[in-house]
Amino acid sequence: MRFQLTEDQRALRDGARGLLARRFGPAALRTAVDEPGRLDRALWRELGAAGFFALRLPEARGGVGLGLPEAVLAFEEAGRTLLPGPLVATHLAAGQVPGAATGEAVVADVGACGLVEWLAEADVVRGDAAGAVPLRSVDPLTPLHQAPVARDVHPVAVLLTAAEQLGSATRACELAVQHARTREQFGQPIGGFQAVKHLCAEMLVRTETARAAVYAAAVTTDPADIDTARLLADEAAVRGARDCLQVHGGMGFTWEFEVHLHLKRAWLRTHRAGDATESEESLAAELLAQPI
Amino acid sequence: MNLTDTPEEEEFRARLREWLGEVLPTLPPKPSPDDWPGRRAYDLGWQRRLYDAGYADVHWGASPTVRLIFLEETEKAGAPYVGAGFVGLLHAGPTIAAEGTPEQRARWLPPILRGEEVWCQGFSEPDAGSDLAALRTRARRDGDDYVVSGSKIWTSHAEVADWCELLVRTDPQAPKHRGISWLAMPMDAPGITVRPLRTLAGSAEFAEVFLDEVRVPVANRVGDENDGWRVTMVTLSFERGTAFVGEVVACRRVLRELAGEARKNGRWDDPVLRRRLGRLNAEFRALWRLTQWNVSEAERTGGVPGVGGSVFKLRYSHARQELYDAAADVLGPQALDLDRPWVLDRLSSLSYTIAAGTSQIQRNIVAERILGLPKGR
Repeated sequence: MRFQLTEDQRALRDGARGLLARRFGPAALRTAVDEPGRLDRALWRELGAAGFFALRLPEARGGVGLGLPEAVLAFEEAGRTLLPGPLVATHLAAGQVPGAATGEAVVADVGACGLVEWLAEADVVRGDAAGAVPLRSVDPLTPLHQAPVARDVHPVAVLLTAAEQLGSATRACELAVQHARTREQFGQPIGGFQAVKHLCAEMLVRTETARAAVYAAAVTTDPADIDTARLLADEAAVRGARDCLQVHGGMGFTWEFEVHLHLKRAWLRTHRAGDATESEESLAAELLAQPI
Repeated sequence: MNLTDTPEEEEFRARLREWLGEVLPTLPPKPSPDDWPGRRAYDLGWQRRLYDAGYADVHWGASPTVRLIFLEETEKAGAPYVGAGFVGLLHAGPTIAAEGTPEQRARWLPPILRGEEVWCQGFSEPDAGSDLAALRTRARRDGDDYVVSGSKIWTSHAEVADWCELLVRTDPQAPKHRGISWLAMPMDAPGITVRPLRTLAGSAEFAEVFLDEVRVPVANRVGDENDGWRVTMVTLSFERGTAFVGEVVACRRVLRELAGEARKNGRWDDPVLRRRLGRLNAEFRALWRLTQWNVSEAERTGGVPGVGGSVFKLRYSHARQELYDAAADVLGPQALDLDRPWVLDRLSSLSYTIAAGTSQIQRNIVAERILGLPKGR
């Protein structure tokens, strides 16, 4: 057993982080928020060229030939930067929908609750989107439609969504800690107060527990591990964003500061894999399935 | 990232399973919880068997991964835990191994490994709990001895211990972390009074230890005089490493038993309870993965467990309490009957967010040492 990132996996994560820092930094994030509903096609093709969508496609079919753990690391970075677009749907379509692997095509999926992300920008929609009506999406970075018919979600999509949640939770914790170190009140950094310090500590505990669950599910692909990853990552992302908001005080409640984008996207992702109670029920049933 | 055994690990696991299959049926019956001499004999007897089979030093000699496999397999097989051997094998032994002189290692380590001597821990005091460094038990030099006076509390196995790993103040003038020394005190020395302390679970798992002019040879000091705080930190990091591996395995078994019981008594039909058990399944699965992650990290960084143990302990101690609260929900009114399974465990679980560093102190450790937040109040 060696349950740690390999050198290659570290390099891949750092590479993805570098690319996203260059191509989707704070300025690009602002632009994306100011122009809702528009997907940056040039960036999409760049992601395609970097292998983001073709990561798990065999080399013989023009892919990168890597596995689910590597894909999880890449999606974690995407979640950390709030990278917009139907990333999971397009990644899953690589090798099945022409142009998906290279980023020429944008692919949208009808989700577990009948929700469709980025329907208007999609070149291809998988699932039945007939009669889908637009919603006024709570997440400014994700246009939403509601389709009448739901569609089963692939377990890999559940896991990659959990990876995005993990990245978001990690970022929220970093932002909170940065602020708690530098913001002074009562003559000292607020991170010196235990009330604030303990919020930050709990954010890290939730994030690191979710990390172990998400990475393990990527290695085993066991359905119970994927359900576990999903529940833990949803919790880490949603509560992490909430606590990050709280640590920032009034600034946390503004449109300007990015934490609301993390919270809104985290809410949205909790619905992508269907109701959380389904994961809980599966994990409950699993308790009876195995001998004591 | 890899979760499968290497060929060596696989072989170690297979050999251990085979040995456990042979040895466990030959063990004597378990003594009752309040039979201290019986518990001592039982626990030491188990350690002796481990020693004879070549597993004696698995707690601090072996690699973290081998230790993980050992704890996982012994718990799954229902083997005894370290019990009275806890302090010797997991606290005092590793400390002496890391910080002791060759003479000290030769004197104290073999009897621990062979299951011949029991150690207890004299760290906490009535006025030094979370603020352990504020301890006041005084050791004054008199020739080749220290003369020790004061009192210790929360000392497990004090009634049956041969030795006590004792923290004492040797320099009252120095800043509090710099005036402490680590001594091995023989428990039969004159001037020691042990008073059992009854816990809310009704049993006397701890004791208070009163020290009145107890003479301890200077030769029993491990590490330099006034360097005891650093020596102690070595010990505590061991405690937070793999100490809970067996318990996580056990909790996962309890969870399956709870599901089975709920199915039998009809509570399973309640979707709220069912989902709560499903969430706990996720919780303990994740804690097991976190254990594997931390152990692999310790393997990578050379053995000594890091502050990642605090992250684990925070989450685990809370999860354990939730598990037994869920057990009470499965049991319904029977949760008020001490003779039902899990009821005493529920009471014991209340100590988990307090013992070995309260959750509040652990959060300070995580925030200050991992996240780099400033010290403050």
